[in-house]
Amino acid sequence: MSAVALNPAEAVEPSGPKPRRRFAPATIMVYGVLIVAAVYYLIPLYVMVMTSLKGLEEVRLGNIFAPPLEVTLQPWVKAWTSACTGLYCEGLQVGFWKSVRITVPSVIVSIAVGSVNGYALANWRFKGSEFFFTILLVGSFIPYQVLLFPLVLMTSAIGIYSTIWAVIVVHTIFGMPVLTLLFRNYFASLPIELFKAARVDGAGFWGIFFRIMLPMSLPIFTVAIILQVTGIWNDYLFGLVFAGQPNYPMTVQLNNIVNSIQGVREYNVNMAATLLTGLVPLTIYFVSGRLFVRGIAAGAVKG
Amino acid sequence: MVHVSVKKLGVSFGHLKVLRDLDLDVQEGEFIVLLGPSGCGKSTLLNAIAGLLDIDAGQVWIAGKNVTWKEPAERGIGMVFQSYALYPRMTAERNLTFGLRVARVPKDEIARRVERAATLLQIKPLLQRRPAELSGGQRQRVAIGRALVRDVEVFLFDEPLSNLDAKLRTELRVELKKLHMQLGSTMIYVTHDQIEALTLADRVAVMNGGVIQQLASPKELYQRPVNRFVAGFVGSPAMNFISGKLEASNGAPAIVCGDGVRIDLAGYAFAGRPDGGRPAVLGVRPEQIHLVPELPETTSLPLKLTVIEPMGADSLLWGEIGKETVSIRANSDETHAIGESVNAYFQPKRASLFDAESGVRL
Repeated sequence: MSAVALNPAEAVEPSGPKPRRRFAPATIMVYGVLIVAAVYYLIPLYVMVMTSLKGLEEVRLGNIFAPPLEVTLQPWVKAWTSACTGLYCEGLQVGFWKSVRITVPSVIVSIAVGSVNGYALANWRFKGSEFFFTILLVGSFIPYQVLLFPLVLMTSAIGIYSTIWAVIVVHTIFGMPVLTLLFRNYFASLPIELFKAARVDGAGFWGIFFRIMLPMSLPIFTVAIILQVTGIWNDYLFGLVFAGQPNYPMTVQLNNIVNSIQGVREYNVNMAATLLTGLVPLTIYFVSGRLFVRGIAAGAVKG
Repeated sequence: MVHVSVKKLGVSFGHLKVLRDLDLDVQEGEFIVLLGPSGCGKSTLLNAIAGLLDIDAGQVWIAGKNVTWKEPAERGIGMVFQSYALYPRMTAERNLTFGLRVARVPKDEIARRVERAATLLQIKPLLQRRPAELSGGQRQRVAIGRALVRDVEVFLFDEPLSNLDAKLRTELRVELKKLHMQLGSTMIYVTHDQIEALTLADRVAVMNGGVIQQLASPKELYQRPVNRFVAGFVGSPAMNFISGKLEASNGAPAIVCGDGVRIDLAGYAFAGRPDGGRPAVLGVRPEQIHLVPELPETTSLPLKLTVIEPMGADSLLWGEIGKETVSIRANSDETHAIGESVNAYFQPKRASLFDAESGVRL
């Protein structure tokens, strides 16, 4: 009369790890969604890579999913060295180096300013620091377009409009709210007693920042670098508005190549150019992923 | 000689006044413990002495100098924190020497001081390790060492043992006491653990609501608490309180409980003349109540036992007198039954009597 006898499946005495069903509905759901998402993103990439490796005749066949019959790197070389943007036919390499010259100083300056701001706001409460923080928070929600025109006037007033410096300054300004927020929250999460101990030890504002806080901040700097490099590299609007024609970054140049309406549309070259432009953020993601080391703060406090 | 002196100190966080008009004098070489429940302002007071927070009013004097506006590093203090606060990216040795390197102390002097502190705290083999490679007790030793190498006269401890497990806490407590005896420095120590307070302190300042309730030696604190808060906070298991009305007729003071039980108080040293009819609270510690009238001048309490808790070395008997619950620390060899009616005895001269309303000792 026992319940066990009624249900033979439960006759086995439960012992050890609980058996899991291989195809539980939840598992199917999760994998299903992941596979669909992966296909959704990977198919266009596949088409681009394949097209960029084909000759123009093969592209004209119109079979975009077929792998190239004859692999050629010619479109890549052309995109890099001799693709035409309007009157100039020097390829994307010009824009690449302009982008490098914009991105490197913008990333360094914006992160330097943002980290010091965040540190000051988190650890050195000064009169009005809460107010300042609120302004920054509001600032991070203001759409860029609203500020575009005033910034053009301001940069031309100080005489840097249409130079690389205008772009760098604008990127630093627009990076400040979100970077300050990022760093403030990180520094506020570090144990306050570390800061107190350093003050008892006699370290000042910069001493604590460089000797105590910075060595513990590798993870957040990695995050900030990823954020800024990809953001600034992918920027189109500021480059177009502030840099001036000779200083157009890679993204603007890419647009000019792809959208030029003279002659034949060289899809293979366009695909190669687009992939080349996207290569830098892609590399950043792959390389810096490893730098996300945990446990930087391990041992500072209990645990 | 007064070594650390806090005068009319006021601290507030926003609109909340944490400390107001607080005075505290610490003698040279004294071990003072600030004891109190969380939120009582004890850590705030310590941080104010260290100069780690902005004060509203008052002064802080250390070693005869007014340091109210001085930076923490200029006050001649060393501080040890609850969470150790070791710099995680530096070795133990670099942690010890950080302050000295900031102050540009000569290399051989640094080496000499590290050697001394490391020997004193027995952390020599640990010097090249990072904090993450140290156990909790070792980390706290390094943190104490960091205060030690600064060659200061005043040490501030902010609940330094609270993060350690019970066994380590006991060990380090003894070591701290030894350290104090060896160094003879002034130490101010914040804790919420009354055992730490009673074992370590020369004098304990019991704080509540931002006010020092009583500043006295551990013995005085335990035997003659000045008010009901101190009486209830210090001592474990807690002091028993029996409330009733004071009766002072014909020179034999007594307290009458709600249900008419009269407890004779002959022998109790009143602070003033007892006035009859005043609502009062009688406080008796569990170990001051005995089930046999072996001591002179005792008063009896008729009790009905309700719960018995054996605690190893002794047993805690819980009984009822009228509506009040009373605990008695009894020898574990004694056998009692629940529901049994017994007569318990205590000496009124060792008990405490408080005003029911103000809580002040009578």
